[in-house]
Amino acid sequence: MPPLIETRNICKEYRDGQTVTPVLDNISLQIRKGEFVAIMGPSGSGKSTLLHILGFLDAYSSGDYLFEGKETSSYTEEESAKVRNRKIGFVFQAFNLLARASVLDNVKLPLLYSEIDEKEWDERARKSLESVGLSHRINHEPNELSGGEKQRAAIARALVANPEVIFADEPTGNLDSKSGQMVMETLEQVHQKEGRTIILITHETETAEHAERIINIRDGKIEKDEKIATRRLAKTFIK
Amino acid sequence: MRTAHTFKSAFKSLRANKTRSALTILGIVIGITAIIIVVSVSEGAKGLILSQIKGLGANIIFIEPGREPEGPSDFTQILSDSLKDRELKALNKRNIPDLKDLAPAVMVPAILSRGGETKNTNVLGTSPLYAEMLSIFPEQGVFLSDDDVLSGSNSVVIGYNVKEELFGPSDALGENIKIKNKNFRVIGVFPKKGQVAFFDVDNVAIIPYTTALNYISGSRHYNLIMAEISTDEAVPRAAKDIEITLRNLHSITDPEKDDFHITTQEDIVDRVGTITGVLQTLLGSVAAISLIVGGIGIMNIMLVSVTERTREIGLRKALGARPADILYQFLLEAVMLTIIGGVIGIILGALFSFTVSIVLSKTLNLDWSFVFSTKAAALGIAVSGGIGLIFGIFPARRASKKSPIEALRYE
Repeated sequence: MPPLIETRNICKEYRDGQTVTPVLDNISLQIRKGEFVAIMGPSGSGKSTLLHILGFLDAYSSGDYLFEGKETSSYTEEESAKVRNRKIGFVFQAFNLLARASVLDNVKLPLLYSEIDEKEWDERARKSLESVGLSHRINHEPNELSGGEKQRAAIARALVANPEVIFADEPTGNLDSKSGQMVMETLEQVHQKEGRTIILITHETETAEHAERIINIRDGKIEKDEKIATRRLAKTFIK
Repeated sequence: MRTAHTFKSAFKSLRANKTRSALTILGIVIGITAIIIVVSVSEGAKGLILSQIKGLGANIIFIEPGREPEGPSDFTQILSDSLKDRELKALNKRNIPDLKDLAPAVMVPAILSRGGETKNTNVLGTSPLYAEMLSIFPEQGVFLSDDDVLSGSNSVVIGYNVKEELFGPSDALGENIKIKNKNFRVIGVFPKKGQVAFFDVDNVAIIPYTTALNYISGSRHYNLIMAEISTDEAVPRAAKDIEITLRNLHSITDPEKDDFHITTQEDIVDRVGTITGVLQTLLGSVAAISLIVGGIGIMNIMLVSVTERTREIGLRKALGARPADILYQFLLEAVMLTIIGGVIGIILGALFSFTVSIVLSKTLNLDWSFVFSTKAAALGIAVSGGIGLIFGIFPARRASKKSPIEALRYE
């Protein structure tokens, strides 16, 4: 079985007139289904760009990207949108919940663009919210939630279309440490109970240590890629 | 994307900016209001004019002095004296085989008086046929007779308002009134009629045309000759015959130099069509301009909205929205906005037209009925929706083309 995600010598550079700024330099990596990987690096290291490329949000300059064993360079906008919708769930640092919609409607949002029958939307969204422990908040609007609750609603949204992989881009970046721990705990549960692949972007070592494997990026290159011997688990941390 | 949800979210975002949405659709509202008013008012005017000539019968031809007036400020007609006794005599059955009868008319402004009461009004000199042609008959007494005309009698038939102002509640029949200081005996009083064939029956005093020419007018020419033709079908032929007769009489070879003009009912209907056509073009262009301006306003606001919601667009794209989904969403918002404007415009236009019809029929005593055209309403909806599509497509395309990460990064 091919790895879920495989890159071969991915490069990305920004052009501004004559000046070319390289951001990613020959990134080659493999991530198997069910892994919990943290991509770590200081700001400006290229880790967010890598996540955007892996998440079909951005194009790369050269190299190969295989998703589920399939070459993706020829994907059209529509095909990329389809992959984002069916296979990928995003969790953003800034939550990105729609302010005027209820939590339930926010969680349903990816289903709007899916082929899932509309009759199932409500139940799926409710189950998804239940799995992150927000059943009591479904009819609230996002501004009535705490930061941690917002991020958990965002995780519910990422899960609702039953994706292969969750991309979490600094999910605890806007949260205090306690809420951050709760969010990490939720992600761990998603990984352990449902066996979902999670790719976490962070610059904090503590957060990265929740993963099974850490890929360190510096100046657009993979500096280190290793399994973690002692995982930091959220629950033990809280106690 | 599922339509019901798209509608819901479009509606939500419009409601979130109530004031802005309301101001934005103002241009559309005004444009659609104008369209509805145009259609309603011109239909009303058409109905009014047609109802005025309806009583006339299609077999009446009007012959008036002077060439056809080319506009409201063209006075040639009034100043011309080309229709006199000679012309009246020439219009006979030998020259115009289809002719049934003639009714000449002399219209003179004059002061009517009785005792201390006076009234400034129009005195009409005509023949008995006139009453039949216009289907107006006295409520009390009788209309003029052929004898009145032949003898040039001092008989007068007065309209409702003339009677009220000169006599009040007392009886007028058999009484005398003075027209230009000459005594006339009232032989008939018209009921309250309002306008008939653009002619204000309530304020008129009708006397034999012979008397009018001799004592009141001071000149020997007619303002109008009405010709009754044997059948409706013969009208075009008879009109041609009248034209030839009068041209021969006046030695006119160039039709451009006609010193008279002939109007049939068909001509009037055509002219009404022309007038309402001009009216529609005029108000229609006002509507068009305001719709275009309104459309630009919509485009402007939609562009602002697209910029404001850049993050939302990025998020939706990240969650799997295709460019077409985003395009559809913003286009729907624009179309919803303009259609709401259209509906408001239709309501306002109908209200305005309704008020106008009430005011006109109450104050001017006109037979003006309110017309709500469902066709115009459908047109209004279609036009406003179309404006939304045309002016919404550019902002919507811009939204759909936003790159997801650029959009997500936008602050």
